[in-house]
Amino acid sequence: MTLMTKFLGAAASLALTAGAALADPALIYDLGGKYDKSFNEAAFNGAEAYASETGGAYKDIELQSEAQREQALRRFAEAGFNPVVTTGFSMSAPIASVAADYPDTKFVTIDGFVNPEEHPNVLSILFSEHEGSYLVGMMAAMASKSGTVGFVGGMDIPLIRKFACGYAQGVKAVNPDATVISNMTGTTPAAWNDPVKGSELTKAQISQGADVVYAAAGGTGLGVLQTAADENILSVGVDSNQNYLHPGKVLTSMLKRVDVAVKDAMEQGPDLQTGVMVLGLAENGVGYAMDENNEALVSDEMKTAVEDAKAKIIAGEIAVHDYSTDDSCPALSF
Amino acid sequence: MDKMPAWADAVLVPLISILLAAALSAIVILAIGEDPVAAFKLMVDGALMRSSGWGYTLYYTTNFIFTGLCVAVAFHASMFNIGGEGQAMIGGLGVALVCLFIPFPHWSVALLVATLAGAAFGAVWALIPSYLQAKRGSHIVITTIMFNFIAAAVLNYVLVNLLRPTGAMDPATAIFPQATHLPTFQDMFAPEGSRMFRGSPANVTFFIAVLACIGFWFLIWRTKLGYEIRAFGFSESAAKYAGISPVRITIVSMLISGGLAGLMALNTTMGEAERLVLNATEGAGFIGIAVALMGRSHPVGVFLAALLFGFLYQGGAELALWTNIPRELITVIQALVILFTGALDNMVRMPLERLFLAARRRDS
Repeated sequence: MTLMTKFLGAAASLALTAGAALADPALIYDLGGKYDKSFNEAAFNGAEAYASETGGAYKDIELQSEAQREQALRRFAEAGFNPVVTTGFSMSAPIASVAADYPDTKFVTIDGFVNPEEHPNVLSILFSEHEGSYLVGMMAAMASKSGTVGFVGGMDIPLIRKFACGYAQGVKAVNPDATVISNMTGTTPAAWNDPVKGSELTKAQISQGADVVYAAAGGTGLGVLQTAADENILSVGVDSNQNYLHPGKVLTSMLKRVDVAVKDAMEQGPDLQTGVMVLGLAENGVGYAMDENNEALVSDEMKTAVEDAKAKIIAGEIAVHDYSTDDSCPALSF
Repeated sequence: MDKMPAWADAVLVPLISILLAAALSAIVILAIGEDPVAAFKLMVDGALMRSSGWGYTLYYTTNFIFTGLCVAVAFHASMFNIGGEGQAMIGGLGVALVCLFIPFPHWSVALLVATLAGAAFGAVWALIPSYLQAKRGSHIVITTIMFNFIAAAVLNYVLVNLLRPTGAMDPATAIFPQATHLPTFQDMFAPEGSRMFRGSPANVTFFIAVLACIGFWFLIWRTKLGYEIRAFGFSESAAKYAGISPVRITIVSMLISGGLAGLMALNTTMGEAERLVLNATEGAGFIGIAVALMGRSHPVGVFLAALLFGFLYQGGAELALWTNIPRELITVIQALVILFTGALDNMVRMPLERLFLAARRRDS
């Protein structure tokens, strides 16, 4: 029986290796799924851009359970895919446990961190979400007439607090007396995909006086943006450029260029430079979105102030506190 | 005699249900332009034809045995425990706390203490709904499902604010100390240097699940308490007349139920992740309902049903890896099996019963 299993296993892995002899890249989406209109979809867009520009092929999988994280990594590595790109911080622990078994395969963890000294074949890509959020926070405070702005997060996890903390610092930098109302949608992964609750939270924040609301909540954010547009206040989108969703109602979007990171990693192929990469304002890894949909909303004065702050952050003159370094926030309490 | 033979009830009905579900799934796969035969082959190959596939199948099976038994105990007392999910989450907290804060000399000691802690935490989480049911008449279905949300919120708070290592992004505890790591199937069965079971998460907890099945059978059919639980389940008023306290049976059977759910955390938290993650249960508590229904609340049935769902989970993962069948459709296939075996049980049973009766009448 065991002999039989081994033979069949060997035959199967041989067949699989033959299928991917060219070392195509592979992409593993986090539990949120490929089409979340946000983080994972940005990764998918990056992979699609890679495929259409280079004519290359890639393999992807949407995870369904925690135990599949390690499984998908191993199966892709054994089948010869290289590099194996993953999204979401939850992938960093599984990568750390499998990376040593596949020294010739390059792994990429986006939003995660794996110690490069212990695992030389892993690239950790981190984004300075707090810097981008700081800039949109400044814009929100300048656009606000009531002096009260809102933040709607997805699940209450450190990453989202990092967004909220940067945002609140930006708001306070413009108007130290401003009030920032912060709400999290929930405590289960369902919080990433609950537009109805996002809408209710937005209404609650409006009733407390908020007239600009920033959503960092995946699919839930769509409800926030919709309600803000319906109630005639401004909103701020996240991750991808969401300005087009409600032209003239979305002040701007905090861009997190996951797509660029994925595309770059795939283009480098098996020769990928590993280590740790932090993509901030200087690298255009984060930023704020300007297009024809929000031109009329952003005054020249706002633009100058934000560009000025951006230059100062890049130069190190303004230090935006990163919540995840010490789990505390000077501008907002959770 | 208005019943069909026991073998038909236990074997034929689930088998026909599964075949119906498979046929419908095949149509679904055909409709999106994929080959159902190839898909089925891929599932069998990935889940049953390689040792690491078995490692995953049995890992999921272990989860479903615990949650299936959890629901089955409550069924015997005619209660519907939908709270397996929350009880397993809190059980995971118990397992994590002992693993993190007690310096164990050896995994066997750690396993013993973690088993007690997981069961105790799970049982405590079931205690409040069962008390409310027994003393206040608040329906257990409502309270247990509400407690799932409370458990999620508690776990989130504890992980984000208390147990998370400073600076870590992931809402999860630190990795448990080396001494608490349970031996996996690879450690136990793979000869030196072989790749058998490599990387697969099945571990020694599987045998605890099998022991739990045997213990379950003994408890329900061979002890006084089991007799009382079943008597209470058949008729509350008769049980009361016979001197069985409804309050006691309600609470005790729910404590056992919650304890079994809590044990699931041994497998996911201590065996697989070796740390407590936020999403450790991922719906196994709800699958347990389907497992218990399909397994007729009997440990052998629960074991087989858990194996089937383990196969579906691991086979589904293979489909996701190597085909273009989207993840949502894999969930649809899993749901069809639950629908046919759990919810539409009578659709198969009634015609089959009539068939058997007709055959018997002709014989006589």
